[in-house]
Amino acid sequence: MNKIISKHHFSENVVQLEVLAPYISRNRKPGHFVIVRIDENGERIPLTISGSSSARETITLVIQKVGVTSSKLASLEVGDSILDVVGPLGKATHIENVGTVLMAGGGVGIAPLLPIVEGFKKAGNRVLTVLAARNKNLILLENEIRKHSDEVLIVTDDGSYGNKGLVTDGMEKFIQKEKIHSCVAIGPAIMMKFACKTTQKYNIPTLVSLNTIMVDGTGMCGACRVSVAGKTKFVCVDGPEFDGHSVDFDEMLQRLSAYKAEESAAYEKYLQNLEK
Amino acid sequence: METQFNIDRDASWREELRKRLKTKDRTLRERVKMLEEEPNIRNKNYFEVNKGLTEDLAVFEAERCIDCPEPTCISGCPVGVNIPTFIKKIEMRDFLGAAAVLKTTNTLPAICGRVCPQEKQCEAMCFYVQKMKKEAVAIGYLERFAADFERNSGKISIPEVSSSNGIKVAAIGAGPASLTFAAEIKRLGYEITVFEALHDIGGVLKYGIPEFRLPNFIIDSEINILRKMGVQFVTNFVVGKTASFEELRSQGYKAFFVGSGAGLPNFMNIPGENLIGIYSSNEYLTRINLMSAAKEIFDTPILKGKKVAVIGGGNTAMDSVRTAKRLGAERAMIIYRRSRIEMPARVEEVKHAEEEGIEFLNLHNPLEYLGDKNGRVCQMKLQKMGLGEPDKSGRRSPVPIVGSEHFVEVDMVIVAIGVSPNPLIPQSVKELQISKWGTVIVNEETMQTSVPDIFAGGDIVRGGATVILAMGDGRRAASGVHSYLAKS
Repeated sequence: MNKIISKHHFSENVVQLEVLAPYISRNRKPGHFVIVRIDENGERIPLTISGSSSARETITLVIQKVGVTSSKLASLEVGDSILDVVGPLGKATHIENVGTVLMAGGGVGIAPLLPIVEGFKKAGNRVLTVLAARNKNLILLENEIRKHSDEVLIVTDDGSYGNKGLVTDGMEKFIQKEKIHSCVAIGPAIMMKFACKTTQKYNIPTLVSLNTIMVDGTGMCGACRVSVAGKTKFVCVDGPEFDGHSVDFDEMLQRLSAYKAEESAAYEKYLQNLEK
Repeated sequence: METQFNIDRDASWREELRKRLKTKDRTLRERVKMLEEEPNIRNKNYFEVNKGLTEDLAVFEAERCIDCPEPTCISGCPVGVNIPTFIKKIEMRDFLGAAAVLKTTNTLPAICGRVCPQEKQCEAMCFYVQKMKKEAVAIGYLERFAADFERNSGKISIPEVSSSNGIKVAAIGAGPASLTFAAEIKRLGYEITVFEALHDIGGVLKYGIPEFRLPNFIIDSEINILRKMGVQFVTNFVVGKTASFEELRSQGYKAFFVGSGAGLPNFMNIPGENLIGIYSSNEYLTRINLMSAAKEIFDTPILKGKKVAVIGGGNTAMDSVRTAKRLGAERAMIIYRRSRIEMPARVEEVKHAEEEGIEFLNLHNPLEYLGDKNGRVCQMKLQKMGLGEPDKSGRRSPVPIVGSEHFVEVDMVIVAIGVSPNPLIPQSVKELQISKWGTVIVNEETMQTSVPDIFAGGDIVRGGATVILAMGDGRRAASGVHSYLAKS
């Protein structure tokens, strides 16, 4: 049982939970994820860790309501518990001083990007960060990101905050301005796909963090498999970070839709039950 | 040499029992038939297919055993169960006594009685098979009978445990290898903690083997005995990730047993294999067995297939195809590249599958999968195979027949072609010696790895074997750890 110590609402649909997890808080590094199961009937889903406090023995997770499990998680309050939290899983981000790094975070992908931004800054890099989302409400953790970035550009689809445009517009701006040595892009699969198309044009090595469907998260099931440079890789043990230019995003997007019908039916039923 | 078997066999009750029935009358009997659920009823539910023996049937079968002076059956058992003694206890109608004999060397008899390939082990070494060319004494059925009788009697015995020596030992993974290791090391007085990555105890017994072959309550009941012996379990804990070996050493753990299994499913790497609706058997079975995905109130989703192809010919393939049938598949097919006799699955599983309406496309191999507009698999391209010269496994090797390619409609495919060792432990202990197949290298007698305080067994060492071999490893490792710690 992992108790929730604090909760913060970024917006109606996006919350941050601080969860008691002593071992994970000590041993997790940027890039790691956990698998959670809310209760006995719950499914196992992966969530990237966005921060931790070893003093408080907690980790922080950012959740966007998109279906049954994420809604159940987002509805948990301080004092409630998550039945199972296991981790830290996956390989940690390889952080080193490469010069100037472009960071691109999309929507809730900004949360797992934060520890990586922090890591690259501490390693001595010049860090340029683009935060992108559909609207102002979905731009998270701006202050924390600013603290560890040399420059920050904000873009929103509807122009409600920062510049109106897509993540790639923001990235182009930085790329035109100065020499970028490498890039990290985290966000929805479709955002990472186009972020990689942009950096590919300029031959900028790009790391992406993939959030695929998983069950066990330890290599056992293969639900998370993706094609990287034509080879099948398991996101849980080979990743979650890969060379973005080698990832087959179209296949990944397709695999993410595997349970679309089942998931939306279950979500509708869940919402109906809430109203009762 | 005076062994426990000799002592038992020379007892007066045994002598009398041998005289009660003439050997000839014993050997004239036909082997008992397992009571089974009707195929057309069971292929729509999850109830256990084998229903076990009645008391009278068990005694009748026990009487077939001629109590050989030099029994060969024991040599076929990886954990050295004292087979004749437990069978003769059944003949005496001392069913609890039979269970007690089993449990001196086998901590999980109700499980072994169900999933051990007895026909390749103890029963293959039975006098009936070796010398008389007759069907073996049904050792597996009898083992199951005795274990079930004890559990149902409410008088389940807890093995004796030596008083604690205070020395902390850890087992990694909670499957059959670690469970056996834990029980054996606990008996010797150690403080044992089993660390499991998943949220439930049992490993492959829980996530892999379906309810209709091994009900979960049987596993839980055997695990409960370990708890009562004082074995501690910690779930949601990935040793090497949640805490390093170093961290556990600093908490006082003096030795480790790695039984983390072969948890990495193999794929064929053919075009279309990542389409929607193509599962590894591990994923498919885990969703159904561990996550209860087919039950309405559980959140884990599962796709349902009307035309399901399962690739492979082992027990896992049989488990997968029979599960798919139970979930409503109109066509549930086994696709296997060799012929029926080369199939590695147990004869009983193949028989059960066939009775339940499973189709067998032997000598067929998939070349490619095609998807519909949503990316869901809708067709597979198969090639017919012939059989050539025997390969390294001793089985005739499959040879593609050019020009035999054809398409079969499918909406779900389950790939059950084996597993590779889980890389998590090797990744987290750099000094561990690993074979080119990714398995952990051990001393076969002590199960010690290249790191002195780390021992290993089961599929992480063997790369994909059976429950009972894993249990044999756990047993050997327990004595290996015991002598290692006695020296240090």
